[in-house]
Amino acid sequence: MLTWQIDGMSLFFALVVLSISSVTTVYAIGYGRHHHGFPGSGLLYALFILAMLAVILAGDAFTFLLAWETMSLTSFGLVLTDHRRATVRQAAWAYLVMTHTATAFIVAAFLLFARTSGSLVFADWTAHAPALDPFVASIIFVLGLVGFGTKAGMIPLHVWLPRAHPVAPSHVSALMSGVMIKLGIYGIVRLSFDWLAPGPAWWGALILALGATSAVLGVLYALMEHDLKRLLAYHSVENIGIILLGIGVALVGRSLDLPGVIAVGLAAALFHVANHATFKALLFMGAGAIDAAVGTRDLERYGGLLRRMPITGACFLVGSAAISALPPLNGFASEWLTFQSLLTLGRVASEPQTALLPLFAGGALALTGALAVACFVKAFGISFLALPRSQHAAAAREAGALEVVAMGTLAAACVALGLGAAPVVSFIGQIVPSAGAPLAGPALGITGVGSGQLVVPGVAVALVALGALAVSLPRLFGRVRSRVAETWACGITLQPLHEYTATAFAKPIRLMFRDIVRPVRDVGIVHRVGTRFVASVDYRSHIAPVFERYVYVAIKDRLVAIAHVVRRAQNGSLQTYLAYVFAAVLTALLLAR
Amino acid sequence: MNEVLASVGVSFAQLGLLVALAPGLSGLIKRMKAVLQGRKGPPLLQSYFDLVKLLRKDAVVSEHATVIFRWAPAVYAGCFATAALLVPVLWWRAPLAGWGDAIALVGLFALARFALALAGLDTGSAFGGMGSSREVAVAALAEPALLLALFAVARRSGGTDLSSASGFFVAQGVAAVAPSQLLALAAMVIVVIAETGRVPADNPDTHLELTMIHEGMLLEYSGRPLGILLWASLLKQIVLFSLVAALFFPFGIAAAPSEIPAALGGFALKLIVLALLMSLVESSSAKLRILRVPELLGAACALAMLALVAEVVVR
Repeated sequence: MLTWQIDGMSLFFALVVLSISSVTTVYAIGYGRHHHGFPGSGLLYALFILAMLAVILAGDAFTFLLAWETMSLTSFGLVLTDHRRATVRQAAWAYLVMTHTATAFIVAAFLLFARTSGSLVFADWTAHAPALDPFVASIIFVLGLVGFGTKAGMIPLHVWLPRAHPVAPSHVSALMSGVMIKLGIYGIVRLSFDWLAPGPAWWGALILALGATSAVLGVLYALMEHDLKRLLAYHSVENIGIILLGIGVALVGRSLDLPGVIAVGLAAALFHVANHATFKALLFMGAGAIDAAVGTRDLERYGGLLRRMPITGACFLVGSAAISALPPLNGFASEWLTFQSLLTLGRVASEPQTALLPLFAGGALALTGALAVACFVKAFGISFLALPRSQHAAAAREAGALEVVAMGTLAAACVALGLGAAPVVSFIGQIVPSAGAPLAGPALGITGVGSGQLVVPGVAVALVALGALAVSLPRLFGRVRSRVAETWACGITLQPLHEYTATAFAKPIRLMFRDIVRPVRDVGIVHRVGTRFVASVDYRSHIAPVFERYVYVAIKDRLVAIAHVVRRAQNGSLQTYLAYVFAAVLTALLLAR
Repeated sequence: MNEVLASVGVSFAQLGLLVALAPGLSGLIKRMKAVLQGRKGPPLLQSYFDLVKLLRKDAVVSEHATVIFRWAPAVYAGCFATAALLVPVLWWRAPLAGWGDAIALVGLFALARFALALAGLDTGSAFGGMGSSREVAVAALAEPALLLALFAVARRSGGTDLSSASGFFVAQGVAAVAPSQLLALAAMVIVVIAETGRVPADNPDTHLELTMIHEGMLLEYSGRPLGILLWASLLKQIVLFSLVAALFFPFGIAAAPSEIPAALGGFALKLIVLALLMSLVESSSAKLRILRVPELLGAACALAMLALVAEVVVR
């Protein structure tokens, strides 16, 4: 009954799933020594990985949905690991509701496919695609985009992600954020490049707009967080946005029949899929190691961890630099390619609006990159540098050997994927033919639009050599010594309380973007009885949950209102119910006459 | 083999030129400002004396500092030294052209900022944190403005490679002047003001902790590491000036070895003009309150977006 298929695209995603999950599993063994799951959680974890593979290899709608549901339900179970806490149950519940709403949209899209092509097998859909009515195709596209976009965590369908990912055990968060949400991307790519014929240009434009929005808002919300794992979860929203930018470019290119644009866009998106999987899994494992050592996810209670957890710190630093798109690491290489894809489309598109959208999206990507640097200066600087901000942070110990090995592997992979960007991109081009040929340039560099070219190892060599030169040349002026002394704190001994906090660090950006993030602050001042002297000041700062309040609560309120109307029909009287049954039978008989 | 040696030689020649000129440029701006403000001002070579003095001095390092604090000067200087090789200065083709383009240049600036902002947080001093926090916030708007302006230039010239772009505008001659080019130049000038820490975005001459941005991150540095960092930030300034010169005033850049002396003179002239512009801006405006800086940089972003619109729409 079950049909399977394997092609370049599924091979690529399967490679990402298998390589990342094998590393997180090593981590899970170490992590499980002090964090016991419930009985059977190991089985559930294995089933989760298997289900992700099955989604990628599914060859028909039935197999796909079976695997998709298994993936959703096993991950729901894993999110519930710490089920005794009410917040965890609420988060898992939100995830369950969102993921099933998403599945409903996917089922609707699949049913339309099945009805128009008369088959459940994906290959038949592809064969039938050119004959599909354009209007139906657009409906299928939007339904599929909502369904798969929810799984990917695209704004405004992202609300489950920053709730569910932080409460899961860290190896599960790493898999969910690093790998599972990429299957939403897999669905979008399959839908728009495989199952549907080239559609109107607004499909790609819509994905570009959603991608730019997700990228900018994702990183802005991440900056406002001081729960380390929630911060990382919002960065997943951001990176899904960056991936969508590449896909959007490729999709517009498909509509306009420009193979070069498709190639560069798709290559950028797929390369970023692999890179984000690597550094996001690394960062979540790092966050898990810190959580285990300090006992909290609150950044304001960390500090000074680099001295206490040097290897975790070094790995987390590599991950931070990679996700901030800094050369010569992998995040930079794929963002560079994404920039090039946006510029390519901006250059070759003939209509002004088709040219301007990708160029402005490039501006959004630049803003995202700069804010990501700010966010990871905060995340790394506040947790790992300066003085410990709590006793638990002062007593932190390095993570166990297995955790360290897992993190070190992925940190090395971040460096390797960056230095080896050119071979990796040409490999992607080989296994996914539509993402190929124009980029397979000279063996060393990746070529973007026109004359833009990047040789990551060259930049890396120049950086290292010139950095070494800069610190060694001044030796010509003679030897100097360096003396250790206190940090200057205006004449008093430095206390952890004097340090800049994560909240304070993000304040300039919070104020700059106050119209978007809507910060709220409550200041409570208590005076001594009968005097004007202040006894205590209580300061709280948070941001208004815009999407939750104006989208989701609004929808929920509507649903409850409708339910109230429907409830009038259900008045509890037996006679009324008998009348309903009678009416129903009568209607059925009349209709079937 | 000879080719490799030659390109290494050219690289060091360009880097050496920029490193040597960087403090002089800063001294020139200070002197011009002093004259404009009716002061006498320090000698032109004062920046060199200060840097050499710092490079000979012992350093004091905080007891809380980690490797980040010790390595940040190397990363910071390495970034701008690499960036200096991506911009064509005297010769039409930059030494590392083909290895990195305009986007790589912006990436290197981001890496330098990342290293220094972390170093600012490393010692636990609130001044460092304040400087880091403001630096990354200002850069959050400066970087998109810079990239959007570079996109407008890249779309016009046919790619993100800085040498080809420069060569394209040389070949165009007077025809290179276009609305998009002028708007992009205006955006770039604002970005240069913000990125070099000048009035009205920041004040390079202040040590008043509540107003400073760049100096805040450097507060815990002393002696030789401070000298390296200061020299590197002067290098950043001259790299940004060279970038403006290469993309908007590329005329006179050498395409044959015999033209190099003339190119050197032209480059000096361009630097003097830009220095005069900076000193005029600094003398005629007051420093903005920190929360008003985003408005200035927002204007730069808007100008750069208008440059793109002009580039796409105006034929």
